[in-house]
Amino acid sequence: MTDQTATSAGWHSWLTTTSPESRRQARLGQLYRQWLAFRKNPAAMVGLLIVLALLLLAAFAPLVAPHDPLAQALDQRLLAPSARNWFGTDALGRDIFSRIVYGTRVTLVIVMLVVITVGPLGLLIGCAAGYFGGWVDTVLMRITDVFLAFPRLVLALAFVAALGPGLENAVIAIAFTAWPPYARVARAETMLIRNADYISAMRLQGASQLRIVLKHVVPMCVPSLIVRTTYDMAGIIIIAAGLGFLGLGAQPPIPEWGAMISTGREQIFDQWWVATFPGLAICVVALGFNLLGDGLRDVLDAR
Amino acid sequence: MASITASTPSAPPRAKSRALRWGRILGRELTTVAITIFGLLLVTFLIARVMPIDPVLAMVGDRAPADVYDKARLELGLDKPLWEQFAIYVGKVFRGDLGTSVLTAQKVTDDIKTVFPATLELATLGTLIGVVLGVPLGILAAVNQGRWIDQVARVIGLVGYSIPVFWLGLMGLLLFYAKLGWVAGPGRLSIAYQDFVTPVTGLVMLDAAMQGEWEAVVDAFWHLILPASVLGLLSVAYISRMTRSFMITELQQQYVVAARVKGLSEWRVVCGHALRNAFVPLVTVIALSYMHLLEGSVLTETIFAWPGLGRYLTNALLNADMNAVLGGTLVVGAVFIGVNLFSDILGRLADPRAR
Amino acid sequence: MNASSDQILLALDDLRVDFHTPTGIVNAVRGLSFTLGRERLGIVGESGSGKSMTSRAILDLIPHPGVVTAKRMEFRGQDLTAMDKGSRRKLRGRHISMVMQDPKFSLNPVQTVGDQIAEAYRVHHKASAREAKERSLAMLEAVQIREPARVYGLYPHEVSGGMGQRVMIAMMLIAEPDILIADEPTSALDVTVQLQILKILDDLVTSRGMGLIFISHDLHLVKSFCDRVIVMYGGKAMETLPASELDRAQHPYTRGLLGCLPDLDHPRDKLATLTRDPAWLA
Repeated sequence: MTDQTATSAGWHSWLTTTSPESRRQARLGQLYRQWLAFRKNPAAMVGLLIVLALLLLAAFAPLVAPHDPLAQALDQRLLAPSARNWFGTDALGRDIFSRIVYGTRVTLVIVMLVVITVGPLGLLIGCAAGYFGGWVDTVLMRITDVFLAFPRLVLALAFVAALGPGLENAVIAIAFTAWPPYARVARAETMLIRNADYISAMRLQGASQLRIVLKHVVPMCVPSLIVRTTYDMAGIIIIAAGLGFLGLGAQPPIPEWGAMISTGREQIFDQWWVATFPGLAICVVALGFNLLGDGLRDVLDAR
Repeated sequence: MASITASTPSAPPRAKSRALRWGRILGRELTTVAITIFGLLLVTFLIARVMPIDPVLAMVGDRAPADVYDKARLELGLDKPLWEQFAIYVGKVFRGDLGTSVLTAQKVTDDIKTVFPATLELATLGTLIGVVLGVPLGILAAVNQGRWIDQVARVIGLVGYSIPVFWLGLMGLLLFYAKLGWVAGPGRLSIAYQDFVTPVTGLVMLDAAMQGEWEAVVDAFWHLILPASVLGLLSVAYISRMTRSFMITELQQQYVVAARVKGLSEWRVVCGHALRNAFVPLVTVIALSYMHLLEGSVLTETIFAWPGLGRYLTNALLNADMNAVLGGTLVVGAVFIGVNLFSDILGRLADPRAR
Repeated sequence: MNASSDQILLALDDLRVDFHTPTGIVNAVRGLSFTLGRERLGIVGESGSGKSMTSRAILDLIPHPGVVTAKRMEFRGQDLTAMDKGSRRKLRGRHISMVMQDPKFSLNPVQTVGDQIAEAYRVHHKASAREAKERSLAMLEAVQIREPARVYGLYPHEVSGGMGQRVMIAMMLIAEPDILIADEPTSALDVTVQLQILKILDDLVTSRGMGLIFISHDLHLVKSFCDRVIVMYGGKAMETLPASELDRAQHPYTRGLLGCLPDLDHPRDKLATLTRDPAWLA
């Protein structure tokens, strides 16, 4: 016990030292200090807990869910919430709680796919526009403006209409409409860094453009992009749910929350639980990402 | 010391340079608008082309003989090179021809003319709610930064950002219509009144008022209030959050200290000075919020059986009525561009430095 | 030259400004005492010495976590510490006013300069819009603006720095206050304009018989412009002395400040750097 506290105090002082001995120690120390600041913000911690819970639920869905999310039981249709079916059952007698638990996987897949497409794309376009300036900037920003001028959901709808409904197409449509704000953020950040003295110093040392952009400009843009992404996750989840609700996203019988709300629509006045619980799930998860994003912004994006 | 050399530019060149500057600003704005419209047309055109549905089959049916098929293909101009097809498409759009809807068998432009006022009504009232509640809330939060009212505003903002509109609409119907009976149900008017009001402007409340059907006005109001409030909550979240952040920035400025030194009341300092400065970026935010609501109406209208552009679009989508989908997308896009332009100009007018 | 011989406008005894931050209490001003008559009192010190905080405390404009306490704080015999917020506000502009550092930031950018001046008049006097405008035009003339009618309708970004500062002076003096605080009124201006502004300020303060608190970090300026000087360091007065005797100052801090200044008549190879003794703050 005493041994353990001694080592943890050792870690603490090693991490918070003002004279780090290695680059790694400095880096870890900075992360540690940011974590200490983050930990003080209760709202952000709630957000972190919600997101962690989402990840755990998705990972251990089969262990958590009491029933098979796809198993239909027509003799148990539209049962009210009870000890057996915590959130009741839907029109096909499926357990709503189990479907919501499995739905975390669908939500996470959508969010992850969108983020890994949009983040790098926005970063690349924004950094290129901001770093090179001139006509590269003009052309790229004009394209970005055109996309920003579009109604995002309507454009996504038109895309899905063209590509056909389905999870993959919904992801493509959302990604296609989601990148412009990222490019804007990355560009603004790059413009600030571009004229910094240390970039000039790199140039004087003969570093190549590519090296400067990849090793010095891009990493500086990452914190604000992470913040932006976290914020955006809530929006992505809600748009994906909207597509699902309209029947254009994940197709039945996949337990997607938006589609689940849609199936509960007919029974809303008599069997309220069918539409209510999946909606609550969306709210909680979206709120979690928003709280986390707020907290991260305070810590990472001091400006 | 008595003679002070102040540079005093004479009036005429200034007026001239101002006109010149406005000319340049307008030129730049219009170029942007032109490029954006071009982009909008290009994207809708390309969407129509990647569409897996064969437009010829949609027209002639899948049992048509080969020669009929080929003839229809020629008529649609599908044998021409892509750029030529695009030129024809652009020409048609500018002549106000968005094609015919498969679903309604009417011209898409006529369809949109009938459904658009309903959406306008919804989005406008929603934005109004957002401004009337969101701006004061944002100001209060900024003035009381860190205190309970600020926390309340923060929670409203976060919750508003985290609730899907369509679900909120359903919950609203469940609570205020089915359980409490405070508001009217889906639709724009109760069936009893539907034949009383002949559409003139397409805005039901206005039409009914012009025709002296006061009961219908009241009925229309109780139908409108719930969907507008649902959209309004989104708007309140966004507008209050942005108002707060703009006001905090302004309240830290030196001119606010100067206003206090003059002995102005806190009310005058906040609303007369800080808010007037925050108004400039706020215009853009309110315009953006209006556009969000136009978009949000796509989902809200489905819930409330609201016969607007959103429901028209979704119906068209579900029935693969591509002309209607693209026409609707174009119109929403064009409205976006218009609102953007309008808010840019209004923002400039509100800011003497940009005038 | 002595404040007590004149009518006393402002009396401070043991003024303290403390900021209660999450990481502890920061003492911005720690026990400052002085009296001000119808004279020009200079306050000099480095940045962070508490000179600006003193002026904000007199005006009741210390921002949120800050707390002001004093054994005595009186304006013409009225106890300021016992006054409520509303009464303190009514003193601002009307009786105690302040010219700030940079007109570029301290004038409201979306209001014409004329309206801003007229507003300062109308808060304190029941006057019609026309009367307020006439007053403002007269005031603009008083700060030696040649075309008051034209300048009245300009926006702050349309006037030069020097003209902006004259507008600022007009705005802060239009309600005819008894005390004017000038917080670094010329440090944002070009050197050529500085003297004009100081001359205008001096003329108005003298002709109207006001008390002036002149806050600056510029020792030469304070020496030539003021009657009396308070030298502040770390929120405390190190020494108070007549401006004319500044060269003969006794306190090591004041001597140190003077030692840092280059002097054309006595060129030195190396300028001294300031040494600070923690004991001064004890």
